[in-house]
Amino acid sequence: MRSTLSSRWRASYGRLLAYLSSETRDLAGAEDALGEALLAALASWPRQGVPEQPEAWLLTAARHRLIDQARRARVRDTHADTVLRLADETAGTATSGDSFPDRRVELLFVCAHPAIDPALHTPLMLQTVLGLDAGRIAQAFLVPPVTMGQRLVRAKRKIREAGIPFQVPEERERPQRLGAVLEAVYAAYGLGSDEAPGVDPRGRELSQEAIWLARVVLTRMPEEPEVRGLLALMLFCEARRAARRSPEGRYVPLSEQDPATWSGESIREAERELSAASSLGRVGRFQLEAAIQSVHSERARGGRIDWDAIVVFYEHLARIAPTLGARVAQAAAVAETRGPAAALMHLDTLDGAAVSTYQPYWAVRAHLLRQLGRAPEAIAAYDRAVGLTEDPAIRKFLLERRG
Amino acid sequence: MRYMMLIYESPAEVERRGDPEGRPYIAAWQAYHKALVEAGAYVDGAPLKPAATATTVRLKEGRRQVQDGPFAEAKEELGGFMILELPSLDAALDWAARCPAAAIGALEIRPVDAEFHGNFPHP
Repeated sequence: MRSTLSSRWRASYGRLLAYLSSETRDLAGAEDALGEALLAALASWPRQGVPEQPEAWLLTAARHRLIDQARRARVRDTHADTVLRLADETAGTATSGDSFPDRRVELLFVCAHPAIDPALHTPLMLQTVLGLDAGRIAQAFLVPPVTMGQRLVRAKRKIREAGIPFQVPEERERPQRLGAVLEAVYAAYGLGSDEAPGVDPRGRELSQEAIWLARVVLTRMPEEPEVRGLLALMLFCEARRAARRSPEGRYVPLSEQDPATWSGESIREAERELSAASSLGRVGRFQLEAAIQSVHSERARGGRIDWDAIVVFYEHLARIAPTLGARVAQAAAVAETRGPAAALMHLDTLDGAAVSTYQPYWAVRAHLLRQLGRAPEAIAAYDRAVGLTEDPAIRKFLLERRG
Repeated sequence: MRYMMLIYESPAEVERRGDPEGRPYIAAWQAYHKALVEAGAYVDGAPLKPAATATTVRLKEGRRQVQDGPFAEAKEELGGFMILELPSLDAALDWAARCPAAAIGALEIRPVDAEFHGNFPHP
């Protein structure tokens, strides 16, 4: 669907779906109506020309279909009355221009609602706000398309039947609820970030979509520092995308990357967002992670990396968001300031069951053991890391290090 | 929308209701109930006698199977229910969080099926 339509459709789809579904809470019904409206557009626009206000045209067409659905369902479904009332109330909106309320942020809060299985927050966002089809989402999550389709259908049914509201949560609940939205957006970024450039352009597409989602949230919530923090973090990572692989496709770790290959434009935008976030005076997980990336980016300006600052940021991060990834990265930073023995002690405090299948833990551990001259243990740890690696380029890199 | 709140409490808590040490809990419930009524959300509800008084019935091959005890044995038992009229799940979650039972047990929120509510087909 997406490849056949202009980039304009991309922004329009989520806005139209959010608006159409926000009153009825019926995402599946709104998706059907919008899909039919789109088919009608594909049939009539090539012959009669694209209307002056395409979104208004689609909105009107979709609403007519929703009204038809509602009339058919009236006897058995209370939502039908809502749709018919909505049709009366908004009768003037569609014809008055391409300006109707943007409820995409409300839709994002629905997708990441605590009453919805967290594993479905990101898939729901990708499908509803971005219009990705279930097959594409299934591919990213490594599940069969039918399975993903069924899960999404069930989640949308729960949204409708449990009465999950399309609203920005009240202040008391907002930090936690916004956190879930941002986590889901970051998960979408992560789905695309480990792909080699040029190898799988679809991976890169998901990263771009995640950055775009963060911008949508930022437009509505410019006073939320964590939204800016997340955007900054993703932009820092995105700036180094090309540098993570050599022209021959070899994996290049951050410390060996040539800063000249980083995107200066993305780094500058990330720095602006991070500084705007910190001026709001409420630190959070994403701002800290972005700040760590900002310190690494000093190399682009010819500066040296301030490892002491990075260690401080990681200590703070470990207190508010002690993810395994952050704790392992913290050990790597400790190695730079206090040496490999101290870093190894830090790794030894982590939960043994959790790290047993976590590749970065074994890669860092192997590196530290090598520095300490404990060769046989280092080789054993490298082997664990190699065995846990999915990315062929990283596997090759680790095997070379192992020697 | 109409929601049913299923209130799960520990058996000890249900047993204590009539005792003097259960009084603060009962007082909290009375205040909570009053707030629900004043907000116009309360439709119906009642506490239930302890799960030990429950009897479960099934019909297996035309024969009545009667069993002593609740349908499902659990650490926490169904101690009561409420029917509330509220605009959304978020409103229901807010009221559930205010419920005195939320701090010591759990509340399950279930939307009432509007299709059949009050319209059970009669012969």
